[in-house]
Amino acid sequence: MLDGRAALKRRLPPRLLLSSIWLGLLVIMAVFAPYLAPKDPLAQDLMLGRLPPFWVKGAEPGFFLGTDSLGRDVLSRILYGSRLALMVALIAGTLTCLIGATLGLMAGYLRGWVDLLISRGIDIWMAFPPVLFSILLIAVLGPGISSIIIAIVVIDWTRFARVIRAEAMAQGAMDYVASAQVSGRGRLSTMVAEILPNVLPTIVVLLTLEMGIAVIVEAILSFVNLSISTDDPTWGGMISEGRTSIHQAWWVLVFPLITLFLTVLSFSQLGEGLKDRYDPVLR
Amino acid sequence: MQLLRSVLIRLGTTAITLIGVAVIVFFVIRVVPGNPIAMMLPPGATEADVARLTALYGLDKSIPQQFLIWVSGVLQGDFGTSITTKQPVLALILSRLPATLELSIMALVIAVVIGGGMALTGTRLRGTKTEAVIDVSNGMALSVPDFLWGLFLILIFGVLVPVFHISGRVTPSLQLPFSTNFYLFESVFRLRFDLWLDIVSHMFMPALALAIPLAAIIGQLLKQSLKETMHLDYVTLARTKGYSENHVILREALPNAILPTLTLVGVQFTFLIGGTVIIERLFSYEGLGNMAIDAVINRDLPLIQGIVILFAVIFTAVNLVVDLCYAALNPRLRHA
Amino acid sequence: MSYLSIKGLSARLKGTPHRILRDVSLEVSAGEVRGLVGESGAGKSMIGKAILGTLPESVEISGSSILLDGTDLMGLSAKERRRRIGASCALIPQDPLTALNPSRRIGGQITDRLVDILGWTRADAEARARELLAEVQIPDPERVMRSYPHELSGGMRQRILIASAFAAEPKLIVADEPTTALDVTVQKQILKLIAAMQARHGTALLFVTHDLGVVSKVCQSLSVLYGGLVVEDTTVRDFFRAPAHPYSRALLAATPKYSDPDGSLTPVPEEVIRNVQAQVSAADRGVAHG
Repeated sequence: MLDGRAALKRRLPPRLLLSSIWLGLLVIMAVFAPYLAPKDPLAQDLMLGRLPPFWVKGAEPGFFLGTDSLGRDVLSRILYGSRLALMVALIAGTLTCLIGATLGLMAGYLRGWVDLLISRGIDIWMAFPPVLFSILLIAVLGPGISSIIIAIVVIDWTRFARVIRAEAMAQGAMDYVASAQVSGRGRLSTMVAEILPNVLPTIVVLLTLEMGIAVIVEAILSFVNLSISTDDPTWGGMISEGRTSIHQAWWVLVFPLITLFLTVLSFSQLGEGLKDRYDPVLR
Repeated sequence: MQLLRSVLIRLGTTAITLIGVAVIVFFVIRVVPGNPIAMMLPPGATEADVARLTALYGLDKSIPQQFLIWVSGVLQGDFGTSITTKQPVLALILSRLPATLELSIMALVIAVVIGGGMALTGTRLRGTKTEAVIDVSNGMALSVPDFLWGLFLILIFGVLVPVFHISGRVTPSLQLPFSTNFYLFESVFRLRFDLWLDIVSHMFMPALALAIPLAAIIGQLLKQSLKETMHLDYVTLARTKGYSENHVILREALPNAILPTLTLVGVQFTFLIGGTVIIERLFSYEGLGNMAIDAVINRDLPLIQGIVILFAVIFTAVNLVVDLCYAALNPRLRHA
Repeated sequence: MSYLSIKGLSARLKGTPHRILRDVSLEVSAGEVRGLVGESGAGKSMIGKAILGTLPESVEISGSSILLDGTDLMGLSAKERRRRIGASCALIPQDPLTALNPSRRIGGQITDRLVDILGWTRADAEARARELLAEVQIPDPERVMRSYPHELSGGMRQRILIASAFAAEPKLIVADEPTTALDVTVQKQILKLIAAMQARHGTALLFVTHDLGVVSKVCQSLSVLYGGLVVEDTTVRDFFRAPAHPYSRALLAATPKYSDPDGSLTPVPEEVIRNVQAQVSAADRGVAHG
């Protein structure tokens, strides 16, 4: 990792640079939303419904990106929506990674019945339509941020488990693992001390990609009105509303869509960029 | 013999997978809060009414008992009765399945045409600007899921340049003479190209949204294996025989480069089918996925169960077919 | 009159000053077998590729003419050139394991040129293929033509590739180290087979190899390459009697003799290497100055 840092200083590829800038910006937006948002994201005013963005005729000063059908400020709602998106990305991504990678490591390294059980579980999971499964889970768990996170973890752990299992298997077959075991190390401690560091780059890349996926899942759940209460600002909820009023007020769809697009693209480009640079396995 | 044995093993694991799916769905659904029976009855219904309906749908029995009743029904082709529509689940599913199948197949065809075209063009023009453009657009297409592409398509071809329909499966005012729900195929069969055009115009946008990520995967992977194959000796040998570059790519390289792509396309096609759920919702397309979301929102337990199982069956069937295709296409496996 | 005549062929890696071939001239008469000898990296395979038009995309050739039966290949359009090569030249490749398309049957891989490029009927082409397979001593040609490459041994496949090379009665065959990838026991048989086929069909043969022992058995004349430069161009008889160039002498001394396989070998002395490298640099300066 040390020479990796040196390489980073030499020349940052544009896709790593640009995606980092956007994600950094997003963090700032989320953290400082109450200070940055020009309006209350929940304030409705039917008199100010469907105002266009500032450069279009009929725009009202103060509503920079226009308003939705209930007169709520689009820009403020996007800013507040970034809070939920990032929270879900971080928490759900990390939890999915922890659980999936652990199961994958155990299956790939311990083999035997542990592997059999986990692999069969992965097979069963792969037979579920993921979007439908997540919607079903939210219906069962009830709306709310913790439900979204649980749904993402339950559905996506296989992404990590599959890759890490294969990788741990490959590493486990190598000589350095055998020599570690001969020297008297326990199986579990070999796993953590010898295998884990070697699959870590893969895990980091997958985690980055997973965060992008989590953002999308959250948007999809909000889109079908199942994520959190429908009043709260979410990108998916805004897109859902924008979809219905697309012929009257395109801006209600376009701005959250672009924000979501850039965010998903950034996570994915960041992951791909990291993969190219550091990960000998996925590359 | 070897082949038969591996096919039997595959069928066995497939069965285990399906049973696993059934068990998980059944028990997950049974912890749904919110009483579906209470939702069905008008306000002012008595306790006795609730009890009668609960018994009617078998919801008064213990969960394992319900599971056994349900499984024995499924094995006889009875998936139960939908709570919201009061119709048999199987009939409901079968009425919507053709729409989803047509959509998925059209998306697959689009993905293969675009992806294959990009791979072949990129290989033919390797080292040029065109190849660089193809690589960059593949990377972009891969980074963003079908849901977002669908939204962009709605904006571009529904609002900016409204050339395609972005809602529904067919224009509602049209008289449909169809006896099956395979509108797309039947319109061709009946030579009703006016209807066919209307159906395609509705289907093209959601199908394209589903196809874009898969097309990118096919484009990337096939191009990579084509380029690797182009360096092999038998390709060089074919060149010395006097064959053109196009011929060399299509006849010598492509058949050998296609196998790894095929396996991946199988897995990715199941992802595509899974994507129909949200894409159908986005385009108000009357397919299985749209019905599934309604079923979840309405807590229609038997219907949800049936749909999820059906998706699982389709997924595993696709994987099975891909494995068999792989064996059939690879002469090394076929004669081993 | 030479069938193949190369004059001043130079090649370099695109975008680098690194030269792979330096002003190479080479003649092969009709029916002649010429060896092209050198260490790996000397550029001997590149000459064959330049003739057949199969150079890697990273290599560009310059300022030369490749006359095939009096026509300059460099002056032809890509399509005409391909047709002419396909009709009058053939390649016996190095590695029989990778030179046959794994997803196509053997029969089609022998007859394709006859049918697609030369316009034979399928029946004629298949009869010809059977005849040739019998000629290269393959038992049961009928069955072999229906087989896929993976069902056959390496030696069998090389025989098939030889048969395929002779299928259209080409005037010139480039054999690119055709025995290097084979077992030692098979090598001798294949070598004999190539020599016999060449004699019977009267084809000119450009035999690319690093093995002087092979040259002494098959070839009539040879060109010795070092660093992309032809350092000696002579007949086999003269070469083995009295090699003119110091590098050739050293190369000969470093080659085991069939008459005395256990005899002591002398590695090429450093001094010889330095001299020949100086000659290569001088050739480069000659180019640079005019």
